[in-house]
Amino acid sequence: MIRLHTVATVALLLVFGLWAACGNDPRARRADSELGGSILVSAATSLTAPFTQIGQNFTRAHRAVDVQFNFGASSALADQIVAGNSSDVFASADQANVTKLDDAGLLAGRAAVFARNRLAIVTKPGNPEGIRSLADLPAAGVISLCDLAVPCGKYAAQALEAAKVSVPEGRVTRGQNVRATLTAVTDSDAVAAIVYASDAKGAGARVATVVLPDSKNVIAVYPAVTLKAARNAMTAKAFVAFLRGAKGQRILKEFGFLAPA
Amino acid sequence: MATVTIAFFALPLLALMQRARWSTLWSDLTTGPALDALRLSVACAAAATALSLVFGTPLAWVLARTRMRGRRLVRALVLLPMILPPVVGGVALLAAFSLNSPLGGWLHDALDIQLTFSPAAVIMAQTFVAMPFYVITVEGALSHVDPRFEDVAGTLGAGPLAVFRKVTLPLIAPSVAAGAVLAFARALGEFGATVTFAGNIAGRTQTLPLAVYLRLEADPPAAIALSFVLVAVAVFALVSMRGHWFRT
Repeated sequence: MIRLHTVATVALLLVFGLWAACGNDPRARRADSELGGSILVSAATSLTAPFTQIGQNFTRAHRAVDVQFNFGASSALADQIVAGNSSDVFASADQANVTKLDDAGLLAGRAAVFARNRLAIVTKPGNPEGIRSLADLPAAGVISLCDLAVPCGKYAAQALEAAKVSVPEGRVTRGQNVRATLTAVTDSDAVAAIVYASDAKGAGARVATVVLPDSKNVIAVYPAVTLKAARNAMTAKAFVAFLRGAKGQRILKEFGFLAPA
Repeated sequence: MATVTIAFFALPLLALMQRARWSTLWSDLTTGPALDALRLSVACAAAATALSLVFGTPLAWVLARTRMRGRRLVRALVLLPMILPPVVGGVALLAAFSLNSPLGGWLHDALDIQLTFSPAAVIMAQTFVAMPFYVITVEGALSHVDPRFEDVAGTLGAGPLAVFRKVTLPLIAPSVAAGAVLAFARALGEFGATVTFAGNIAGRTQTLPLAVYLRLEADPPAAIALSFVLVAVAVFALVSMRGHWFRT
């Protein structure tokens, strides 16, 4: 009896697990003439907060649509897409990873820039180390930067190079994406991090933000594009257009992003 | 059904081997950041294994031999890291030892020690997740040792420590070795707790799994070469485990 019970329980759990795993397959519903169906949007980590809200607004405007997100470092997402793990829309934190997909012949149409972003230094609340500029970073403790393969790491390297500042690699902890880079300051003991201004804004009182003047700053560009492998090209295109529309732009601005140009 | 299961486990490994760039495998492993990560990983995993032996053996003995109150609770506590997501372990270590925590703050103010972002943090994170494997293996062996051997040694005049060293330890030696290998393999593969608690500083806290994950984007062949080291260690652990955890 007990064994039968166990088998039944395990079977039930399995069935439930499969249902939970597959029930929400973004490709399950197909588009019809009206906008509908599911799209999967692969988007840069820094877009997590605004895109979650934009997704809600988009589905409110198009009731038959379901938007799912796959957030990660743009470089990691581009690699996934090249490896065949495709989605409907790719929203990158730089042009390079879009070009990479273009070279691989994976894009449907041209990429459209929908936002830009600045870099900022974040420190512990109250800025106890008194960091005022990039030049103060080499003398501080452990600095958190994005990995060099990730857009935010490349931008930070550009900014540091332009300012002729070099932080010894032995004191740099590298995050897999901008969120991990930020977390090293908010939740661990890194003294400062270079992240996007939007992330600095999102972190609120958990950090102090040191604004980088435009002359010392690097502007990140965010292009979005529909992928050739999209199962739901019409909804995907509508989502990209929505990003550039008034509502999408208002939300992005709220979260600390700059207008496309 | 069994064929499907075998394929499920074999296919990813074969695919990994197929994607490897064999001609440069050796140079990928022995240059720059890969070699640093390899060195750091082996050193830290060895230290974590040593700590597991030193601190895990007495605990295994207490769990197997005494009727201490709360023994079950202690066992559950020690085994928890085996099933806890390692990232959660890392967050817990941060909560206990970061500069913001009372203990971490005191260590810093009184002794000028900062654990986060140090190799010591790597060792702590690895020990946290690996020691339970050692403890559970040795506890199992201890509870199967016939206490009469020890009793006899005691009546012949040996003190408790001498009994443990001369009678108990030789009897459980194979399990001590197996537990140590298992703990070493687990420590070497540790990712989540390490990246959370020790960060990812090249040459200082960037271990093999962290290097694999980050180099996958920058330099896939190097990442795959590093993966092979981890696979090789896992295979070695299983081979040396033969006849211990399972029959062959």
